[in-house]
Amino acid sequence: MINIVILTLLVVIAIAIIRMKDLFAVVMLLGIYGLLSASFFVAMDAVDVAFTEAAVGAGISTLLMLVVISMTGRREITTRHKPFSALFVVAITGFLLIYGTLDMPYFGSADAPIHGHVAPRYINDSMQEIGIPNIVTSVLASYRAFDTFGEVVVIFTAGIGVLALLSVVRRPEDPEQIAVINDSMHERHLVIRIIAKILIPFILLFALYVQFHGDFGPGGGFQAGVIFAAAIILYTMLFGLSTARRVINQSLIRLVAATGVLLYGSVGLATLLSGGNFFDYNVLANDPIAGQHLGIALIELGVGCTVAVVIIIIFFNFAARREMQLNNKKQHQDKKNKESSSC
Amino acid sequence: MDIVINISSGLCLFVGSFLCLSGGVGMLRFPDFYTRMHAAGVTDTLGSAMILIGLMIISTGFLVFIKLVMILLLGMLIGPTTSHVLAKAALHNGLEPQLGHEDADNKETTSSNP
Amino acid sequence: MIIAATLAIFVAMILAIIRGIAGPTLYDRILAVNMFGTKTVLLISLLGFVMGRPEFLDIAIVYALINFISVICVLRYSDTNEFKHTPDEKESTDKEC
Repeated sequence: MINIVILTLLVVIAIAIIRMKDLFAVVMLLGIYGLLSASFFVAMDAVDVAFTEAAVGAGISTLLMLVVISMTGRREITTRHKPFSALFVVAITGFLLIYGTLDMPYFGSADAPIHGHVAPRYINDSMQEIGIPNIVTSVLASYRAFDTFGEVVVIFTAGIGVLALLSVVRRPEDPEQIAVINDSMHERHLVIRIIAKILIPFILLFALYVQFHGDFGPGGGFQAGVIFAAAIILYTMLFGLSTARRVINQSLIRLVAATGVLLYGSVGLATLLSGGNFFDYNVLANDPIAGQHLGIALIELGVGCTVAVVIIIIFFNFAARREMQLNNKKQHQDKKNKESSSC
Repeated sequence: MDIVINISSGLCLFVGSFLCLSGGVGMLRFPDFYTRMHAAGVTDTLGSAMILIGLMIISTGFLVFIKLVMILLLGMLIGPTTSHVLAKAALHNGLEPQLGHEDADNKETTSSNP
Repeated sequence: MIIAATLAIFVAMILAIIRGIAGPTLYDRILAVNMFGTKTVLLISLLGFVMGRPEFLDIAIVYALINFISVICVLRYSDTNEFKHTPDEKESTDKEC
């Protein structure tokens, strides 16, 4: 019942997103869409997925899109071109896909292939083999550690890509100028600054809780990294990019991003060298269960480091681009004003 | 004892959901942004607080209780802050509050100062 | 009573969505997202109690935090000229930098 209501709302919002021309409204609706789909996951009992969706889909991606829109402008360019052939192709494909779903087993039926393949083993034996209560974490970090390694490498690559494409060389700023900017921002954002100062330690602490509680409840490296990065982003937004750059050493965090991936990979290598399979943590300690615990804790730490730092890097570079654009515009304006006044 | 717990939690939940609903209706029906924000901001904080208190009363474990308290504190801290910042940004960026018509204005002043 | 409260929250969420889709100014939309976020926090807490799994509350905390951060981000980055409400006031009130 609740699923049907949420799915209907999702469809309504999706149609509204397509119809909107104002990109800012689209981003806002995407935020609602993320929150709603996360509540859908909660209603379906997929708590870990809901966690990730809440942190990434509703939080960070909205944030990054807003920064981009504030650089590019918020109007969609209207085209007169009506792509009927593309519509035809899409309609045919959609029809075929819907036709294909008719062959699928009913939703939740017991003899669906997904329930017969490896799921019974995960549900029945993971407590003996891995020894941690949260099955999702044991699947993610132990049974399918190789897949997760791929995901972490993808995230790392995204960070490198943003660095390669968007990083700008910044002149070293003099501390006085930073102090001036800081004071002017202090006046404008006084209330949120104080609230943020109260909240930031709490958010960081909560991120650590999510990181290390992942064995027992929903959570883990990905979510913890995103929450950690969100706290840093909050700081950067309210205290200015230059101040945040002085607080967080750029070359150091790049090193941390690489170290996270390296830590993950070297755990796999260590298992290989101790005579087990790649990412077979049983051989890490004398007791297989203890080995599993150690391996999972280490790779979750690697994942957390990489995710947090990559998101911080992406945000810093976006914000630096935006600042550069604003400064250029301002200089342009100043030049124009000078010329007009001199004439 | 059981019945007291159930009734008090039910009362809190009822008040909270009534406030949330009225906030939603106000959000939809009020004429301009500032009045809408007032409807949403005021009812959001109290409504969520009432619902969370209602849940706290029937919560079983200690950890659950603490987490609910944390959500309540966060809500108390975050709700008013966002309302304040939102109103400030809207005013700063030139969104004028919609004032009543001349007639309505006169009527209001006459009714308030008889 | 918990189920009734869940339904009430749902109705309030739907009203917020309508405002978010219809909202004439962008601040109405921000307000709708903010209200939707707080309602989602409540919905998840209530769902945790309905389904008897109170560990959902972790997610509710994350939602509250993320909601706050995204609203702050919206307001922080909405002070460029692109986001001014009335186009004739573009030059008068500029950003602090």
